[in-house]
Amino acid sequence: MTSWLKNLMKKRIMWPVGALVVLILVNVLYRPSFLKITVLDGRFYGSLMDILRNSAPLMLVSLGMCLVIATRGIDLSVGSQMAISGAVALTIISHSPTPNSLATVLGAIGVGVLITLLFGIWNGFLVALLGIQPIIATLVLWLAGRGIALLITGGFITTINSAPYKTIAQGNVLGFPVEFLIGLAAIIVVVLLVRRTALGVLTEAIGINPAASRLAGVRSRGIIWSLYGLSGLLAGVAGILYSSNIMAADSNAAGNGIELDAILAVVLGGTSLAGGKFTLGGTVVGVFIIQTLASTVTFLGVPSANVSVFKAAVVIVVVVSQAPMVRNWFGRQFRSSKTASPTATPVAMERTAA
Amino acid sequence: MVDNSVVVEMRNISIEFPGVKALDGVDLTLRAGEIHSLLGENGAGKSTLIKALTGVYAIDGGTINVAGATRTFHGTADAQDAGVAPVYQEINLLPNLSVGENVMLGHEVRGKFGINWKATHEKARTYLKELGLDVDPRSLLASHSIAVQQLVAISRAVVIDCRLLVLDEPTSSLDRSEVDQLFAVMRRLRGRNVAILFVSHFLDQVYEISDTMTILRNGKLEGEYPINALNKKQLIEKMLGRELAELDSISRAATRKIDRTGEPILKVLALGRKGAIEPVDLDVFDGEVLGLAGLLGSGRTELARIIYGADHADHGAIQVRGEHVRFAKPRQAIDHRIAFSSEDRRAEGAIADLTVAENIVLGVQAKRGWIRRVGSAQQDQLIAQYMESLGIRPNNPNALLSTLSGGNQQKVLLARWLATAPQLLILDEPTRGIDVGAKAEIQRLVVDLAESGIGVIFISSELDEVMRLAQRIVVLRDHRKIGELKNSAKTGVDDIVAMIAKEGAA
Repeated sequence: MTSWLKNLMKKRIMWPVGALVVLILVNVLYRPSFLKITVLDGRFYGSLMDILRNSAPLMLVSLGMCLVIATRGIDLSVGSQMAISGAVALTIISHSPTPNSLATVLGAIGVGVLITLLFGIWNGFLVALLGIQPIIATLVLWLAGRGIALLITGGFITTINSAPYKTIAQGNVLGFPVEFLIGLAAIIVVVLLVRRTALGVLTEAIGINPAASRLAGVRSRGIIWSLYGLSGLLAGVAGILYSSNIMAADSNAAGNGIELDAILAVVLGGTSLAGGKFTLGGTVVGVFIIQTLASTVTFLGVPSANVSVFKAAVVIVVVVSQAPMVRNWFGRQFRSSKTASPTATPVAMERTAA
Repeated sequence: MVDNSVVVEMRNISIEFPGVKALDGVDLTLRAGEIHSLLGENGAGKSTLIKALTGVYAIDGGTINVAGATRTFHGTADAQDAGVAPVYQEINLLPNLSVGENVMLGHEVRGKFGINWKATHEKARTYLKELGLDVDPRSLLASHSIAVQQLVAISRAVVIDCRLLVLDEPTSSLDRSEVDQLFAVMRRLRGRNVAILFVSHFLDQVYEISDTMTILRNGKLEGEYPINALNKKQLIEKMLGRELAELDSISRAATRKIDRTGEPILKVLALGRKGAIEPVDLDVFDGEVLGLAGLLGSGRTELARIIYGADHADHGAIQVRGEHVRFAKPRQAIDHRIAFSSEDRRAEGAIADLTVAENIVLGVQAKRGWIRRVGSAQQDQLIAQYMESLGIRPNNPNALLSTLSGGNQQKVLLARWLATAPQLLILDEPTRGIDVGAKAEIQRLVVDLAESGIGVIFISSELDEVMRLAQRIVVLRDHRKIGELKNSAKTGVDDIVAMIAKEGAA
């Protein structure tokens, strides 16, 4: 990789990283203890650790979302899928005579995640094989998912007592929260999967130019299909984390609205909703921005009812700064005045598209 | 006749796209009461010129005069204000409204209580009558055929009192009687002093309806002629061009001996698809370049796509080295080592936002599937080999493909296919829209590949090019194969032109 390309990569990720740094600085300014990490009983404590821990479910969902978006798709069903995996796992554990056995818990998690994998494959079937628009195809499960979850729990919030299951969200390994380690593991696995194989570059090819990819022999269908499956699988794991946190399967609250946070994280990270080029690193940063923002808002004492207004402000800034008109305007400010007429750029873009 | 004042005068129009000059100093003069045909092969610049005229593209050089005054169009609204009304192939009407509402849209008759629909529909009826259209203005637009909808679109031109009507391929989806109806309307409009710009690839229709023609080739003006100044053969020659061979060494390739005794790489038997290409037989042998010649719309591309599996055949059979195969998708053709380079480089070839290196490796990678990534060492070797042998400039594998010129992009796409070691290469217009130097290089490459034993199906609008490279030429016309000729020292472009121009089932 040449230094030129490295510079370009840096530029792409500069925006989100800058935003995260600004957010952290604001926090440090108002509460100097923000960066402080204390060690108690061999565990790490502190605001940063909380952010790392709490970001795990969104992290899992956003990684899947990023890849789906790269194919020009979207997965609205991830929140509902979280509800399903939680409902399945907890129902199994609550009906088991041995809720405290590790085997029961692992089995329950396995079945819960497997089922969301199947639902992800269902999404992929609608999109890749039947050619239904992704937003509509995944809207089906967005609508139906919570109903299915309620069906599984019989309309109740299932609660359980299970020590191994509790460990997932509340345990620690080597001083780090297990939940954070699961998120970290997911990042590593997905990055390796995407970048050590050709999945990443083929996904980008499909997203940039589907027709050319097909003629070049890329098995677009299979790839798109598997990515929706992967998104379902990751949402399933996120659902396990969520239910382990509250030790209950709350089908209405689990992952409620997380699909929009995930889309936001992906876009904040610098991946375009138009598909094509994607950056998992940017998505990770995007997730941390959202989580830090949530923490900041709580700390500043903003009533929880008004949190969405803060998020909205961030969305506006991000979306507006990504608009071609604004980008061109910025570009013009930085370009020397002797270059050709500034209006040439948008016209030329339109032509290439035509 | 009517007064022949100039309605629109375009002088010295130039438009550049990144890497290619789409229009270079083109003139177009449109006069009142005149039907003017704009002619040229695909890529000659017709649609670009129309888009400049209708304000879709801004021009980079030249002037547009409308009724004597110089105008700058910043958008289609400016052009419509100046009285330029385009009617496109795909019709911009509101199918869920009535015919009358569509005709009068924005010009409804107003009374005391808002729009007077009765009067509006009456007025619409009069306008339609004037053009000889007997359509009930209260009927739903969607209930009429495409042809009638098109005529309704045209009649709008009368309502908004336009001075210039642009008809871009209006007849492509019409049958003969509908075409007659359209022509009748066009003649009436001509009688009302409207200037009409007509674009069609049906040359018979051009001769039937137009008064004047302007011919473009490769983005340059070939000339403006009264309709009777050129016969069909001369017109085709002007459209296709006859570049004199600066490439004598290549021209010998066409007469190279091909061993046709063994099993051909590809044998196609009565392969066809309804509406695209009527059943065709052809075969290609090792080391042979088979040319496909014919005008735009003759079925060249359609045939190539069906062979490759990009479109489904509904008739006939394909054999690869004697083995019967069915290609339902490109993947299957690729697995039989057949490669296809599309004529539409931008939409169907280039992955613009990936690097040159990624684009070159894509073909091999797609073949292997996503799990087995092509190793870095092998990637570097492939990239270096093809960037070197094809002379891809700039010599930077990490440059985004979109930053390269058309000719170099084409070389990258060829590299993508050559890296998969194909036995048969289908090249659809590989030299379109690239400069002369790169053109010669790509022709040279085709010759070298064929000499190394690869079979090539070579499609080009430029007959000279086909004659220079191909040992055998299949001639297509109106979605049919009308003949096949062996290239020899005696055959020339004239033979093909004569074949195409010959009156047949027109």
